[in-house]
Amino acid sequence: MKTCLVVDDSGVVRKVARRMLEDLSFSVTEAANGLEALAACDIALPDVILLDWNMPVVDGLGFLTQLRSLPAGLVPLVIFCSAENDLDHIATAIAAGANEYIMKPFDFDLLREKLEEVGALEKAVT
Amino acid sequence: MISAVDFESVSRFLKLHSGLILGIDKQYLLESRLLPLLRKFELADFARMAAILREQPSGVIAEAVLEAMTTNESLFFRDKSPFEHFTKVMLPSLNATRRPGDPLRIWCAAASTGQEPYSIAMTLLENPHLTGGRRVEIVGTDLSGEVLERARSGRYTQFEVQRGMPVQLLLKYFEKDGDNWRVKPNLRSMVDYRKLNLLHNFSHLGAFDIVFCRNVLIYFDATTKRDILSRVARITRPDGYLLLGGAETVLGISDAFRSVPSQTGYYVPNVPAMAGV
Ligand SMILES: C[S@@+](CC[C@H](N)C(=O)[O-])C[C@H]1O[C@@H](n2cnc3c(N)ncnc32)[C@H](O)[C@@H]1O
Repeated sequence: MKTCLVVDDSGVVRKVARRMLEDLSFSVTEAANGLEALAACDIALPDVILLDWNMPVVDGLGFLTQLRSLPAGLVPLVIFCSAENDLDHIATAIAAGANEYIMKPFDFDLLREKLEEVGALEKAVT
Repeated sequence: MISAVDFESVSRFLKLHSGLILGIDKQYLLESRLLPLLRKFELADFARMAAILREQPSGVIAEAVLEAMTTNESLFFRDKSPFEHFTKVMLPSLNATRRPGDPLRIWCAAASTGQEPYSIAMTLLENPHLTGGRRVEIVGTDLSGEVLERARSGRYTQFEVQRGMPVQLLLKYFEKDGDNWRVKPNLRSMVDYRKLNLLHNFSHLGAFDIVFCRNVLIYFDATTKRDILSRVARITRPDGYLLLGGAETVLGISDAFRSVPSQTGYYVPNVPAMAGV
């Protein structure tokens, strides 16, 4: 089973994302900020990380930068999932090593497509 | 409420002028799409609208009815596989057989709001080696002037630009436009949009190397499909290609095109069908 770490300071968003990801057969863990996420990655690197930007303590970008500098930190596929929706934010996220970027709000189909896009899910047969 | 007689009359008009086949269970669809037009044109009821469609089948109201009844849903890189055939099979083979410098021509026969032609254009820009520097012309046509207007403007909502499109392409080929996104001018200028009804003659478009005719034939009956496919074949080059939607096929409908053994998803002209292009 593939694993996904959902990093978001909103419990509601984490819950919604968890439900969608579980429907896609992911095993889901949660973190409420970048620091908690780094601790989670210390225990086990997930296959995919769904990452919010604005969070207390360590934000999404700070987390991503630190993750990518870890020994195996390039392994997890990182999908930013943020309400920040301008070109600068997106370009910064990609430059810092994000694999994809979802502009909130999102729905199940969009999440599934982006997971397919980064190769975390088999493409639906068309 | 539309009466059975008027429904029948409007359905006949639609089939004749846009090809659309409306099942008799589609009264609700028809009403919900056409109700705004009753108000817009200040018509008393559907009986009045049906009468006008009979009297002035090519008037302003008739045109608005045809457009309102089209289904325009589209996605960037819809179904993915057509774009894989495009880069893995079609462009390499055409590029190999054409003289250097000869242009390629691509037709999007149901361009709708532009996602398909822009996906083709982005694919070309992302893979310059596949066309060897030759000029590529993309013609996008649709029955509906309204969707073509949107296609030309290149404006999409945040939601639309995310469906089907990798974020790297968004960064490269789009700019922010208020809350929306807009295709950059260099990409916009690659597509030539024209209004065209597939029921009418289209030989004036000239010959094409690749035809995307996706998710439009599904709305038509077998006779209309056959007629359109045979006329598409006449303007498809003998070594060219046809792409249909995921639920569409030429098999059992037209022998103007045939599938390629052990390949699914695209078709090639049955060569004798091609005349003098
Ligand atoms: C569902 S969209 C397909 C868009 C795109 N090809 C795709 O696959 O995503 C169908 C389009 O066909 C157009 N259409 C319907 N009847 C037509 C006709 N008789 N001639 C030309 N276009 C037509 C509609 O206006 C609509 O934009």
